[in-house]
Amino acid sequence: MAFRARHLLGIEHLSQEDIRTVLDLADRYVDLNRRTVKRTDVLEGMTQINMFFENSTRTQSSFELAGKRLGADVMNMSMQTSSVKKGETLIDTALTLNAMHPDLLVVRHQNSGAVDLLAQKVNCAVINAGDGKHEHPTQALLDALTIKRAKGRIQRLTVAICGDVAHSRVARSNLILLGKMENRVRLVGPPTLMPAGIGEFGCEVYEDMREGLKDADVVMMLRLQRERMDGGFIPSEREYFHRYGLDAEKLACAKPDAIVMHPGPMNRGVEIDGTIADDINRSVIQEQVEMGVAVRMAVMDLLAQNLRADRGRALTEETYA
Amino acid sequence: MTLFLANARLIDPEALTEIEANLVIDNGIIAAIGAMSAPQGATVIDCSGKYLAPGIVDLGVKIGEPGERHKESFRTAGQAAAAGGVTTIIARPDTSPAIDTPETLEFVTRRAAQAPVRIHHMAALTKGREGREMTEIGFLMDAGAVAFTDTDHVTTDTKVLSRALTYARSLGALVIGHPQEPGLTKGAAVTSGKFASLRGLPGVTPMAERMGLERDIALIEMSGVRYHADQITTARALPALARAKAAGLDVTAGVSIHHLTLNEYDVGDYRTFFKMTPPLRSEEDRLAVVQAVADGLIDVICSMHTPADEESKRLPFEDAASGAVGLETFLPAAMRLFHAGYLSLPQLFRAMSLNPAKRLGLPQGRMAEGAPADLVLFDADAPFVLDRFTLHSKSKNTPFDGTRMEGKVLATFVGGVQVYNNDNE
Repeated sequence: MAFRARHLLGIEHLSQEDIRTVLDLADRYVDLNRRTVKRTDVLEGMTQINMFFENSTRTQSSFELAGKRLGADVMNMSMQTSSVKKGETLIDTALTLNAMHPDLLVVRHQNSGAVDLLAQKVNCAVINAGDGKHEHPTQALLDALTIKRAKGRIQRLTVAICGDVAHSRVARSNLILLGKMENRVRLVGPPTLMPAGIGEFGCEVYEDMREGLKDADVVMMLRLQRERMDGGFIPSEREYFHRYGLDAEKLACAKPDAIVMHPGPMNRGVEIDGTIADDINRSVIQEQVEMGVAVRMAVMDLLAQNLRADRGRALTEETYA
Repeated sequence: MTLFLANARLIDPEALTEIEANLVIDNGIIAAIGAMSAPQGATVIDCSGKYLAPGIVDLGVKIGEPGERHKESFRTAGQAAAAGGVTTIIARPDTSPAIDTPETLEFVTRRAAQAPVRIHHMAALTKGREGREMTEIGFLMDAGAVAFTDTDHVTTDTKVLSRALTYARSLGALVIGHPQEPGLTKGAAVTSGKFASLRGLPGVTPMAERMGLERDIALIEMSGVRYHADQITTARALPALARAKAAGLDVTAGVSIHHLTLNEYDVGDYRTFFKMTPPLRSEEDRLAVVQAVADGLIDVICSMHTPADEESKRLPFEDAASGAVGLETFLPAAMRLFHAGYLSLPQLFRAMSLNPAKRLGLPQGRMAEGAPADLVLFDADAPFVLDRFTLHSKSKNTPFDGTRMEGKVLATFVGGVQVYNNDNE
C-alpha cells in the first residue's frame, strides 16, 4: 500500500501513486454503494467528528454518509452556533475535541491554512474539507474519479477549468491533481478572477472562453463565489453569463464527447445554462455527487489503516521499552 | 572610569574601513584610538580577533508601554537590545493609547529610564494615528520627540497629510512614512504572486509600495518636509527613491533586517512568525534591496522589533498578528549578509548605526575620538542555534527559532558603561 499519509490536508502532499491508490479503492466503494446493503465495518468502533466552521450541506452530508457506511460513530458539530461564537480560539476548540479521543476529524474552515494549524494540535487523522481559498482535496479526488470513469483514464486529457479561479479552493486542488497526473490544464476566466502569478503554475490561461474550450476533453465549471467577493470583480452577472457562462454554443468549441462538470451548488444562468447542466449526455454533475461518497469512504479507510498501524507501533514500542 | 580595549578590529562606518587598534574610553567618550599602551589604572579588556563597532541605533522599535506591557516592557526591551548590540532604541508611538500628547510622551520617557540602553521616542503625526488631525508637533518636540510617524497607519486623506507635513516642515521635524497604497494593501497577508495563490492567502501587489512612495514624494516636494520612508522592500520602488534623492529632496529610506534576510517562501506552511508588515517579498526583491543598501540608496537597516504574544500568533494566518521581535537577533541576522559577501562590516554599520544617528541628529554611530562610547564587541563567526526561549524579550515571536546563525555579541557598552557581557549568560 503506497498511501502513508497521516492526514489529508491537501493534494499538494500526495504523490501520483497515492492518488491512484485512493481512486482504485474508491472504485470498489462505488460498487458497494450501489448495493442495497451498503454497510461495512472497516471503521467499526471509531469516532468521526465533522467540524464545519463554514456552512455546507452537500460536503457535510457526504462525509457523514461515508462515515456511517464504514461503520464509524459520526458526530456533526455545527461550529457557527458553538463556543467559537463565545470567543474560543481554533486551537482551544481543537484541544477540547482532542480530549474526546476522536479518530477522524473532518474540518472545513473559512481561513486558508486553518486546517493545517489544527492538525498540528491533535493526535487523530485530520481531513481537510475545504480551507479558505487554499485546498479542497476530496473534491479534486472525486472529480478525478468521475473523469476516470467517464473517459477511461486520468492522464493526457485537456481539462478546461472555467470561471472564478481566484476564490476557488476546488480549482487549486484540481489544478495540482491534474498536473500531477500529467494532464493539460487550461484556466478560463476574466483576469479579475485569476489569482496572481498563475502563469507560473504550468497551465495555460485564457480570457476568451471559446478559445479556452477548443478541443477540451473535460469542461469543469466553477461556482461564482459571490459570498467570498469583496466587491467589483465583474460588472454584472448577466455580462458574466454572456462572456463566461457555459451554454450550448460555447460548449460546441470543446470536443464532441467532452464532459461537463460542476462542484455545486450551481448558479443556473450565471455560470452555467440550466439545459447544459441537465443534459445527461454531457453533464456528469450527478455522478460527481455519487463519487464524492465513495472517494471519502476510500480516504477515511486509508487514513484509518495508517492510524491503526501508527498506534500499533506506539503500543509495541511501549511494551518493549 | 577608564577602559582600555586592546587589539580590537575597529569598524569605522564613516571611513568605511576596518583597522586593528587599541581604544581608550574615558568619561563615557572614545578618548583615543591607536597603537598606544593602556593608561594608568585603566581596566584592560583583551579584544584580540574580535570586532568592535559603533552600537546599533535601531530606528522603529515597538515597546508595549503603555497598554501592552505583557508583550514587552522598557526593561525587557532594553535587556534584549543590550544583548543584541543595540545601544540606542528609537521607540515607535503605536502603543495603546498612541503617543500623541506631551503627557503620554512624558510617561514613556519616565518609564524608559528602566532600560540599560539609550531610548528616544517618536510621536504620532496625527491624533490617535487616525489620519484626521495633526498632533501638537511643537509641544511634542519640546518634550523630546525625535520624529513623527503614524507607523503602519497610512493617512488616506491627502489634504490632512499635506497640512501635517507642511506644519512639520516649519518646525524642522522629521516625518517617517510607511509608503504603501492603503486600498491595495487592505486585507493582505502576503505578497501576491505564485506563493500567495498556492496558499490561497490574500496578497498585495509589490506595486503598492511604489505607489505609496510616489505619493509621499510628491507631498515632500510640495511641503519641503524632512522625510524618511520606514521600509522600502521592493525593487520597483527603488527608482522612485533614487529620483527623489537626485532631485535634492530631503529623503532617506530604511529596510528591516527581516526583509533583507528572508523571503516570501519562508512562510512555508502558514508559519505566522513570518507574517510581517509589509509582507516578506520575492527573492528578486530581496536581492535588489540588499544591493540598494550596499549602494547607499537605502540608508538605514532597522529591526522593526514588534513583540506579539503566543495568543495573537497561534491563529489562522490571516487572523494572526503581524510583526517579529528583532532586537536580539539583529546583529547575527546582519552577519548573514556579511558572510554571504553582500555587504562589508563597515557598510552594515553605516546602515545600522551611523546613518540612523545622523538622520536623527544624534552624536552616536561613529568610531572616532570624541564620539560617545556606545560600542558593541562581537565575534562575527561564532556559530549557534537560536532557541527562542532564551531571548530576553517578553515575546518570543522570532522567525529565526531553531535556525543556525553566526555572530555573537560579546559585550555592549553605552556611554562607556558595560551593559551586557556574554560571559554572564
